[in-house]
Amino acid sequence: MRKPWRWMNRKKQAFLSGPYLVWAVGFIVLPLLMVLYYGLTNADGGFTLENILAIGDSIHLQALWQSILIALGSTVISLVVAYPLAYILSKKQGERSGVIILMFILPMWINFLLRVMALQMILSNTGILNAILSFFGLPAQHLLYTRTAILIGMTYDYLPFMILPIYNAMCKIDRNLIDAAADLGAGNLLIFRKVVLPLSMPGVISGILMVFIPSISEFAIADILGGSKILLIGNVIEQEFTTTNDWNLGSGLSVVLMIFIFVSMAILNKNDAEGEGQMLW
Amino acid sequence: MVKKWLEKCYVGLIFFLLYAPILILIVCSFNASKSRTVWGGFTLHWYTDLLQDAEVMAAVQTSLALTTTSAVVATVLGTLACIGMAAMSQRKQQAVMTLTNIPMLNADIVTGIAIMLLFVRFGTLGYLSMLAAHITLGVPYVILNVMPKLQQTSKSIYEAALDLGASPGHAFLRVVLPDILPGILSGFLLAFTISLDDFVVTYFTKGAGINTISTMIYQQVRRGINPEMYALSTILFLTVLLVLWVVNRISAKQVRETRV
Repeated sequence: MRKPWRWMNRKKQAFLSGPYLVWAVGFIVLPLLMVLYYGLTNADGGFTLENILAIGDSIHLQALWQSILIALGSTVISLVVAYPLAYILSKKQGERSGVIILMFILPMWINFLLRVMALQMILSNTGILNAILSFFGLPAQHLLYTRTAILIGMTYDYLPFMILPIYNAMCKIDRNLIDAAADLGAGNLLIFRKVVLPLSMPGVISGILMVFIPSISEFAIADILGGSKILLIGNVIEQEFTTTNDWNLGSGLSVVLMIFIFVSMAILNKNDAEGEGQMLW
Repeated sequence: MVKKWLEKCYVGLIFFLLYAPILILIVCSFNASKSRTVWGGFTLHWYTDLLQDAEVMAAVQTSLALTTTSAVVATVLGTLACIGMAAMSQRKQQAVMTLTNIPMLNADIVTGIAIMLLFVRFGTLGYLSMLAAHITLGVPYVILNVMPKLQQTSKSIYEAALDLGASPGHAFLRVVLPDILPGILSGFLLAFTISLDDFVVTYFTKGAGINTISTMIYQQVRRGINPEMYALSTILFLTVLLVLWVVNRISAKQVRETRV
């Protein structure tokens, strides 16, 4: 094994991390402690658990539930759409495969608010979707400002985040494994189930994380496509800081959201570790 | 045969669904009518309006300054951190990496609120708070790109340079730096993109009266339909295409040259 490069004087070299460490303490640790502090105190500065327990209020609980449903929905839909796509694309290896996958990732580089704006335009009552529907004599759909619109928006926005990791995982699968399975008499379905599916799991897991985490805390998409009628937990927190100005409550709910995210991440990663263990057999 | 055809149809359908909204934005940016379904003739009116809109131009300027500065600072901080970490014990390295992962894994809304609370308490919200937030967002991506390159760098070549009489600094510049440069560059590009695309963290850490492109779009979209924004989308989309095309050409050229 090659030894990693190191300067002669280890102590001196380690000092180069200093500026970043100071930065990280100042702008990562300290701000999070502030959220914790605000979340655990009331307006007068006294200790309270009220802001944390406020998640139990029916409005907040409903918002959290809606967020979970929509985030789960968009994660599942993107997974169902992205998996076959990544599979098909990964089979076409060659000069142009890089460009083709780039085409599917490209929308990610366009500001997501502009993409949401485009959807708003398409889904509105006088929008293009209804113009097409009425052209074919079909009834108009009132999609904008509904839960469905938010779901469509999130799926559309985060789909590339699901495609890329699954595609990468599939490209890493050794062709020889598939050939060997075929030589040993496995049919296409069996090869898919026993070779492709388990080996693509790491990509699936990171895809799920990359779609679920941003969509659970999203507030801008819900605001634009939901017309402030549908409150997600992100909207509730945002409003506590911008309009209602109850920073303690907003911080308390943020703490709950943060815990929720880290717990779901831990569960997913644990499943991943187990999944990789099974793959050996 | 049927399977091949089905696969092509599927890929085509997803492609269409991904690009249809963007295409519609582009078409509407040339539409003289404000309506979204009626074609009122070709116009460049919205583009000239956009360029004369002081609010828009200020946002573009803020975004460019903020993104460039934060990406440069994040790259320097992150690269130095990696070099320092290379000299740390495994356990210390692990601890720093855990710290680094926090802003990447945490919800943006919490990161934004956290930094906002810090600045409201100990400073004021404005350009500097946005800058600090964007640097914080960018550094993890630099570290994640530089660290693997640094671990692949061989110690023996560096020692050989020292044996041949190079000073440590010189050996670093000539041996180690070229090895990790691709990582530094991709880290910089990622930090740049993350900063340019960020809305949530900026939304909370920006002061009153200052806007980046993202927060300006948000305000405009909430106010109602504004075809100027379609024009802006078109310009941004074409810029992204152009940049990617150039990057692609450069990397393709590099691949060809290394093959020779």
